[in-house]
Amino acid sequence: MSVIGSDNRNLRLGVRYLVLILIALIFVLPLLFMVMSSFKPSDELLRDTSSLRAFLPVGQLSLDNYTGAFERAPVGLFVFNSIFVTGTTVLLSLVICSLAGFSFVFLQWRGRDVMLSIILATFIVPFETIAIPLLLEVSKLPWLGLDGLSWGWLDSYRVQIIPWIADGLTIFLFVQYFKGLPGELIEAARVEGASWFQIYRRVVIPLSGPVIATAAILKFLIMYNQYLWPLIVVQQEQYRPVMVGLQYFFQLNPAWGEIMAYLTLITVPVLAFYLVLQKAFIASIASTGVKG
Amino acid sequence: MKLLNVTAGAVIAATGFCSAAFATTDLTMWYHGAGNKVESKIVNQIIDDFNKSQSDYKVALQSFPQNSYNDSVTAAALAGNLPDILDMDGPIMPNWTWSGYLQPLPIPEDHFKDFLPGTKGVYDGKLYSIGLWDAAVALYARKSTMKELGLRTPTLDKPWTKDEFMSALEAAKKSGKFDYAIDLGMSDKGEWYPYAFLPFLQSFGGGLVNRETYDTAEGVLNGDAAIAWGNWWQSLFADKLAPGTSQDPAAHETGFIDGKYAFSWNGNWNAVKTMDKVDDVEFLPAPDFGNGSKIGGASWQFGISASSTAPEGAAEFIKFATQDKYLAEFSDALGLIPATKSAAQMTKNYKTGGPLAVFYGLSEAQAEKRPVTPGYVVDSKVFQKAAADIADGADVIDTLDSATDQINADIKRNDGYKKN
Repeated sequence: MSVIGSDNRNLRLGVRYLVLILIALIFVLPLLFMVMSSFKPSDELLRDTSSLRAFLPVGQLSLDNYTGAFERAPVGLFVFNSIFVTGTTVLLSLVICSLAGFSFVFLQWRGRDVMLSIILATFIVPFETIAIPLLLEVSKLPWLGLDGLSWGWLDSYRVQIIPWIADGLTIFLFVQYFKGLPGELIEAARVEGASWFQIYRRVVIPLSGPVIATAAILKFLIMYNQYLWPLIVVQQEQYRPVMVGLQYFFQLNPAWGEIMAYLTLITVPVLAFYLVLQKAFIASIASTGVKG
Repeated sequence: MKLLNVTAGAVIAATGFCSAAFATTDLTMWYHGAGNKVESKIVNQIIDDFNKSQSDYKVALQSFPQNSYNDSVTAAALAGNLPDILDMDGPIMPNWTWSGYLQPLPIPEDHFKDFLPGTKGVYDGKLYSIGLWDAAVALYARKSTMKELGLRTPTLDKPWTKDEFMSALEAAKKSGKFDYAIDLGMSDKGEWYPYAFLPFLQSFGGGLVNRETYDTAEGVLNGDAAIAWGNWWQSLFADKLAPGTSQDPAAHETGFIDGKYAFSWNGNWNAVKTMDKVDDVEFLPAPDFGNGSKIGGASWQFGISASSTAPEGAAEFIKFATQDKYLAEFSDALGLIPATKSAAQMTKNYKTGGPLAVFYGLSEAQAEKRPVTPGYVVDSKVFQKAAADIADGADVIDTLDSATDQINADIKRNDGYKKN
């Protein structure tokens, strides 16, 4: 009886692993195809798409596509721009949105609930619908820089950063997480005479690792994948991010090998960022699941 | 003291005069060739040459990726940030003119009298843009295949008739040697559809919109000729003569070269690459479906933005860039059809007897511009969908009626695209 039970358990485990492996393959194979293809000449790459060779390091492998990608476009500049814009936005976003979330959860002020509702309502407004009005707005905004006062934010890093610092989703994440923190901690800190900012900095933020990681990863992905906004507000190559740079490779005859090499290169920062934060990210997902 | 004042005044006046006399006007220029190393090199060379050739104007280039170029220009126009000189794909010129992005070239049209018709962007009787090259489509075939199938080689003077063309496709199919008789490039969604396939419709006697009035598509896109085109078009896919809209892009890239397709309806920009891999490739003119052989015309062209404060300088640059030596240089580097016959003679491919000389003849004799109307940006999308739907088996009459209604509605919505 116990042997049969053990067999059943093993069978169930086997099936479970098989299903998990199949699901993992669905996500891994495109990445594998991208990396393998980045070492193949374009015509061979296209021929291999009809067979399993597409996922294998076979054929004429070389680094030519990587050399070609760097010759075709200033890849380093695009990666730097994206990382700079993304990194700055993520950092500022974490500060601003967590402060906003803190005020919505812990502070009492008139119009708080209405304001939160309005912010949450921005979820349903697709960015495409406000892109043009926002473009017109930023093209006329003043800026006080080292060169003095100037008008218009186009062709700059700030135009890619500032409009994206605060967003409804990130504020919502912080609000939800802060609501789950023990109220006694906040009350104790108040009794001890801590100011609201001290409570934010010394009590709430140290307890918010998982939500910070989640918000950082989501914001990172949104910012790193930016295409439409930089396309319309940046005309100078020196400020272009990686996704606009991808278009350099789509000529009348797309350079497929170089496209795969470029995609491989620009995927590295995303993977690195995720790997650094993955433990906290998984902890956040897990804690959300427990609460649910 | 008086002498000192006079001297100082003279120095100031002279300095002012000199700075005025030697003042250089900066011109900005946008170009669609970012990522195209060869094209960028030539454009930069032209700009360098121009900047060195005189001291009145200095052109600074900003290159954009082709795929997103139109969006960038439209956004810049909205933000009031257009450059002095910009290039554009020929068919979009009327829309940009109508939208107020462009001003007429301050260059007499006579200056470009030797240019291929497809390179001149004329709208409302005025020249708004000029191209350094044109593009053309031809029927790629192998001489060996033609011989094997016993087919007559069509010429510009005597192209294949519809019957001859269909017999050639049937013969290729019956030979059993090919996956499909012809590759039309159906995987290449986008502007390729109207550029490559609209000439078929025109050769049948139909069209996208009434070219006399540009105020309706009625009777043109859904008339008898258009329906005949639609039925013929659908039969190509129903009879398995050509791969349909689900064609693998990879097969389109390499299919003709690999021998999977007997013929390929393809552009001159792929000719050099194909010649390198297919020894006996030849380029045949479009079939005549009853109203003459036709192919699409008009490629990228230079224009001057309406907001330019130095149009005369921009015009100087455009005149400089359209010299034969640069037309020839572009052609040799990119395989494009040079805009003038004299430039063609300076090229390795398009000179008399050159391997691609046939394309110059095709462009000169058969090229027909896509409808010269601001509404083309919508018409183009409507045609793309209709051609794809019919290829996929949709009812021909219903599809063409619906496309006609959409184009008419757009014209009405924009108050007939009346000139501003």
